[in-house]
Amino acid sequence: MNRRRIKSHSDLEKLRQEILAKRDLQKTRVAICAGTGCLALGAQKVITSFKEELKKQGLENTVEIRETGCPGFCEKGTIVVIYPEGFYYLQVQPGDVPEIVEKTLIEKEPVERLFYTDPITNEKAIYEDEIPFYKNQMRLLIGDNINIDPKKIEDYIAPGGYSALAKVLSEMSPEEVIEEVKSANLRGRGGGGFPAGRKWGTTRNAPGEPKYVIVNCDEGDPGAFMDRALMEGNPHSVIEGLIIGAYAIGACEGYIYVREEYPLAVENTSIAIEQARDYGLLGRDIMGSGFDFDVKIFRGAGAFVSGESSALMSSLEGKVGAPKPKYIHTSVKGLWNKPTNLNNVETWANVPLIINKGADWFNSIGTEGSKGTKIFSLVGKVNNTGLVEVPMGITLREIIYNIGGGIPSNKKFKAVQTGGPSGGCIPESFIDTPVDFDELTKLGSMMGSGGMIVMDEDTCMVDVAKYFTDFLVDESCGKCVPCREGLERMSEILTDICEGVGKEGDIELLEELSVVMKDTSMCALGRTAPNPVLTTIQYFRDEYDAHIEEKKCPAHVCKALIEYYIDGEKCTGCLACLKACPEGAISGEKEVVHTLNTEKCSKCGICYDTCKFDAVIIR
Amino acid sequence: MKKMTINGIVTQVEDYWSILEACRFYGIDIPALCYHDGLSPGGICRLCVVEIGKGERAKLVTSCNYPVEDGLVVRTHSERVIRARKMLVELLLARCPSSKTLQDLAAKMGVQRVRFKVKNENCILCGLCVRMCAEQMGAKAIGFAGRGKERRVTPPFDIKSEVCRNCGACMYICPVCQLRCQGPEPPNVVCGACMNVEPVCLQDNEDVMCYLDTCGWCFKVKSSSLKKKSGYGKERKEGE
Repeated sequence: MNRRRIKSHSDLEKLRQEILAKRDLQKTRVAICAGTGCLALGAQKVITSFKEELKKQGLENTVEIRETGCPGFCEKGTIVVIYPEGFYYLQVQPGDVPEIVEKTLIEKEPVERLFYTDPITNEKAIYEDEIPFYKNQMRLLIGDNINIDPKKIEDYIAPGGYSALAKVLSEMSPEEVIEEVKSANLRGRGGGGFPAGRKWGTTRNAPGEPKYVIVNCDEGDPGAFMDRALMEGNPHSVIEGLIIGAYAIGACEGYIYVREEYPLAVENTSIAIEQARDYGLLGRDIMGSGFDFDVKIFRGAGAFVSGESSALMSSLEGKVGAPKPKYIHTSVKGLWNKPTNLNNVETWANVPLIINKGADWFNSIGTEGSKGTKIFSLVGKVNNTGLVEVPMGITLREIIYNIGGGIPSNKKFKAVQTGGPSGGCIPESFIDTPVDFDELTKLGSMMGSGGMIVMDEDTCMVDVAKYFTDFLVDESCGKCVPCREGLERMSEILTDICEGVGKEGDIELLEELSVVMKDTSMCALGRTAPNPVLTTIQYFRDEYDAHIEEKKCPAHVCKALIEYYIDGEKCTGCLACLKACPEGAISGEKEVVHTLNTEKCSKCGICYDTCKFDAVIIR
Repeated sequence: MKKMTINGIVTQVEDYWSILEACRFYGIDIPALCYHDGLSPGGICRLCVVEIGKGERAKLVTSCNYPVEDGLVVRTHSERVIRARKMLVELLLARCPSSKTLQDLAAKMGVQRVRFKVKNENCILCGLCVRMCAEQMGAKAIGFAGRGKERRVTPPFDIKSEVCRNCGACMYICPVCQLRCQGPEPPNVVCGACMNVEPVCLQDNEDVMCYLDTCGWCFKVKSSSLKKKSGYGKERKEGE
């Protein structure tokens, strides 16, 4: 599409007014989440049914359908919001669409059964701000997602998008921008928490031309999708931040490194870049300021280690994505040995906010050492899984219970793993810890990029440590000895412990190995890899001891250490488990107590799940 | 010239040196398997780690690729460094127990046992051959393939490269595979046949060592008698 180039701040403002003037705020609008979570739950079908139904009713010109980015409540997808009323429908199925069209769009009445129902009080929540999941968040970055069609730049400009860029280009010098980001105390959201302003300053002052800026969207942690939701749902906020950063640093070329596994993010970002270029927000002479900058998308092949800055740059250069020794920082000698500033998606997205609202405002949110908000992907054994954006300093308990709605089926909370596979497990005794870069590090965990996996009493902590270690064994690049050999040995020892052949001294060996891996590994992957092992040993040593000494798995997870049997007093002889058992290990007759042959038993647990009388017992 | 402190001694070093080059210039022995004077540093084996900085900010860095700085304080044999090197040798030895280089290194550093399962690989993936082929021979006939534990040195697509001239430089520079140690039995891993005891000369020659470094030559000659004396061999057979 041919768009008119924006040549100044007032041009942008004029365009914004034009977009707003064209909008009829009273026009009925159906916002449907088309983020990955909802798409997986069938959002595409819901969208199609809406289109068909509107056509059938002859409403296609009076009702606007907007396919938006992810608002975060993935547990209850597909999410449909009807404006101007603001009715917030959850778990919408294609079959619900005719009713919504009939009742809400025509008669303006709500469909009550699709509202959020409080699990305890059974009260309905009609609007977004009534739902506890949203009520307790502070959604500065993802709050607008439900209003924005990521494929339309106009949706971003309408509420004030690109005004921060206009302000920077027309009123601020690059040094002032860096000063502003520095005084906002914005810390990198990718894991390390390095002050972004300082890094920008280093790159700006480093010798060498050209300079580069990079968006790191190589999010590969199991269970994390914060960056993905931002790139898919609101790519312009990241691009705006990147252009501001490029201006401040003096870069004329930028890259967005997105992993190939995120096709929607690649698609939406490509469209966004194209549209920004059309408006003259990218390319030569941006907004008539004389500043040239353009950005390219680079699709990574999906190695976890490529999220590490020097590995990412190797990958961008066309080499194998393996880290390089970094005694000279990448901000001085990075991509093609030129000064390169790399920041995470979320860090870039924070920049326009800081410019628009000021460093003081940003400093008013959060704790002493960590400012602003942080997006977490709250997953695992928690009622409301999804993306949550909270101010720094909120406690883990608030996130898990107030926002996450607690643990399903009244189980007991056991631990929460923050910071992705190389973060640590935090036990219940520290659940009131505020979320803060330094506080989490003190506990042996880390903020990481924002994964948060909640575990309940049915989780074996040794098994968890083994899971994450195995993940890292696969993802280690294998370049340096402590990471490659150390991780493999660590996994070997943990496997032994889980299989009941752990020896005395294994825990000490794990600890010794961990210390050396932390000390000597080349990159952050190896240096943080022992975190899950160390924290589980620190906080759940009794479980390790039970595995090694008593050959028992207290959580009944490690198959080699458990045994199923049938409690004769509880068994009613209903035959349910007998029929379900894939191994034919259960014998018995109707209304006669069944017996389980442990030699045939494969410990799959199907009988345990099938029994309605709790007669199958694990010991 | 730059001024820095190595093990408490104030030294003057060339601007372009790495810490390892500086240390070797001053006669301090730092083990390094993936380092060679004629090649770019790899930073792979991590054995050359040294401790820099003070207090809480002290950290281990690989000396082979860390450039010298004014005012840098380096400790080459601190407890933290020794502990790390010993663990690294133990890891390497568990991977390649048949390497004489590794066995000697283990002996020298007092690594007495290997607590990991033994693999019997031939290669420690130090990458010297890859760098040799690329940087000195200009051939780039071999490289790394695979990731993590699958990593291996191989010509492209595992077929003999057309650019390989059979020069043998890769074999020449290999620190582990060239010399085969005949000693170790997989259950014991650390053989100690040649060096893995305190210097013999100390006991036999009235506390005088013939060289500054443990050579182990005299031990080879007298090994049978010494084994009997210390009961060393017997203890090994029973396994640790």
